[in-house]
Amino acid sequence: MALIEIAALTKRYPRVTALDALTVDVEPGIIGLVGANGAGKSTLIKILLGLIDPTAGGVRVLGLDPTREADAVRGRVGYMPEHDCLPPDLVAAEFVTHMARMSGLPRTSARERASEALRHVGLYEERYRQIGGYSTGMKQRVKLAQALVHDPDLLLLDEPTNGLDPAGRDAMLTLIYRIGTEFNISVVVCSHLLGEVERICDSLVAIDGGKLLRADRVSAMTVQRDVLAIEVDDRLDELGLPVRRDGRLLLVPLESDETYDVIISVVAALDLPLHRLDQRRHRVAELFTDQADQEVLDAAR
Amino acid sequence: MQPAEPAAAGVIHDIGYQRYTGPRLGRRYAVRSLYVHSVRTAFGLGRSAKAKVFPWIVVGLVFAVAIVAVVVRSQTGSPFISYLQFSDTVGVPMLLFLAIVAPELVSRDLRAHVLPLYFSRPIGRGDYALAKLAAMVSAAWLLLAGPLLLILLGGVFAQQGGWSGAWHEITDFLGGIAYAAIAALVYASIAVLVAALASRRALAAAAIVGVFLVTAPVVGVLTAIGGTTMRELAPVLNPVTLVAGVKTTLYGRTDGLDVGNFGPMYISIAVALVVACGTLLVARYRKAGS
Repeated sequence: MALIEIAALTKRYPRVTALDALTVDVEPGIIGLVGANGAGKSTLIKILLGLIDPTAGGVRVLGLDPTREADAVRGRVGYMPEHDCLPPDLVAAEFVTHMARMSGLPRTSARERASEALRHVGLYEERYRQIGGYSTGMKQRVKLAQALVHDPDLLLLDEPTNGLDPAGRDAMLTLIYRIGTEFNISVVVCSHLLGEVERICDSLVAIDGGKLLRADRVSAMTVQRDVLAIEVDDRLDELGLPVRRDGRLLLVPLESDETYDVIISVVAALDLPLHRLDQRRHRVAELFTDQADQEVLDAAR
Repeated sequence: MQPAEPAAAGVIHDIGYQRYTGPRLGRRYAVRSLYVHSVRTAFGLGRSAKAKVFPWIVVGLVFAVAIVAVVVRSQTGSPFISYLQFSDTVGVPMLLFLAIVAPELVSRDLRAHVLPLYFSRPIGRGDYALAKLAAMVSAAWLLLAGPLLLILLGGVFAQQGGWSGAWHEITDFLGGIAYAAIAALVYASIAVLVAALASRRALAAAAIVGVFLVTAPVVGVLTAIGGTTMRELAPVLNPVTLVAGVKTTLYGRTDGLDVGNFGPMYISIAVALVVACGTLLVARYRKAGS
């Protein structure tokens, strides 16, 4: 059984079409839902939760129809919203316990599961402190804990790494990976950063302008490599690397750390002024719409 | 690429996850839990000491009034404040209570954007709104019913009429708490609706006080300049005098507000007000927090 089945799903607002005949089936596992801001990710999540009704098309979550069996779907799904959603004057343990009861867990179980959920996200010691005193990273963990507390079969995480520093991002991604693999809970991770989610996901669904760009298992997708952008005063053809010109920039695929050495030695040997040498980050927009970097990578192969 | 080893993310404790196999009690249980939780929140129970201060100052005030009533009665032998009068006597503490508690119950969730967390659970939007309203009504009623019970205990011991006297006290008391319920229903409906429209707590508190205080002089002026009909009709514009009019009608009292022949109208307006506030509240949450 597919985890999520989406058939010709359309959502139109008076002035904008958020989802345009989107059709995709998603298998259990960790799924990255990627797209630029405004691509329709949040709208899709809200339809999956039965919070808004689609204009047309159908959707099934865990074999249930969220437009007609919203209660049943919401009882088995955990949701972590993108934005801040925590009352600052409550103690984390109390708040997560309350949310567990809102999901239908009896009082004692709710308290136990709240402690467990906070422990799993790494907030065991701090759980009796007021949420208002938490750092952004800790708040994100509380948001994740409240989504996890009722032991859902599916987690919907909307931009879970938002506002986190690099270490916090890594910790959050590791945690999500553990939830998907060790806890055996399917996870849909929404993100506009492909480079981030592709590290932990089994499959990716990319949408743009409410349309499906691509959906596949990560293993079946092209191996993506980073690209180095170099700016010098003169030619740099002596690199012995596949180079492509982009205005004043030279683009070189980053094969390994030795690529840096090759570039530095050639630049030094030619006695050229080096203005810029930086690594281009993977962004969904680039990988799925801008073909420039893709051509470099293809040429390298 | 695999993410960093668990050891690298030191704060995440590596103890196995256990699936939950116990009962899931569903929507009605969730709504009931929200109601109980909200009533407790109204009195600061399960909250920090800071959250307890203001509700319990008000509780202290209304009990102080009740204690004075009991003491005076035990000394003089005649009731100082009747069961029916009590709810009106503590009008100011009640208003204070509404201005403190309604924003606490309603505005806080709006301000902190907590609603998506509720609505992504089995609980529905209407469920949430009505559970909060019911909690505010119950809390306001408890604020009146507690001291009334104290006055009853005092009254039963002070009266000299034996069993029939005690029974008389109890029936008067039941009338008193029924009236307290009517007052709580009308006041709380207004307070929760106003609080739900303002997401800032201070603003909500001010608006609640405003609705009660601004309408009072309007009633006063209309009563002063108008004729008999105006004098009997103007009080519907203020929640407090509206409820007083309902009391006159239901309890057939002559010492209360003079409503002339408009009694049934007072009752209809009070009912319509509560229904309208409830409907608007549910409508408010249809859009909020999505």
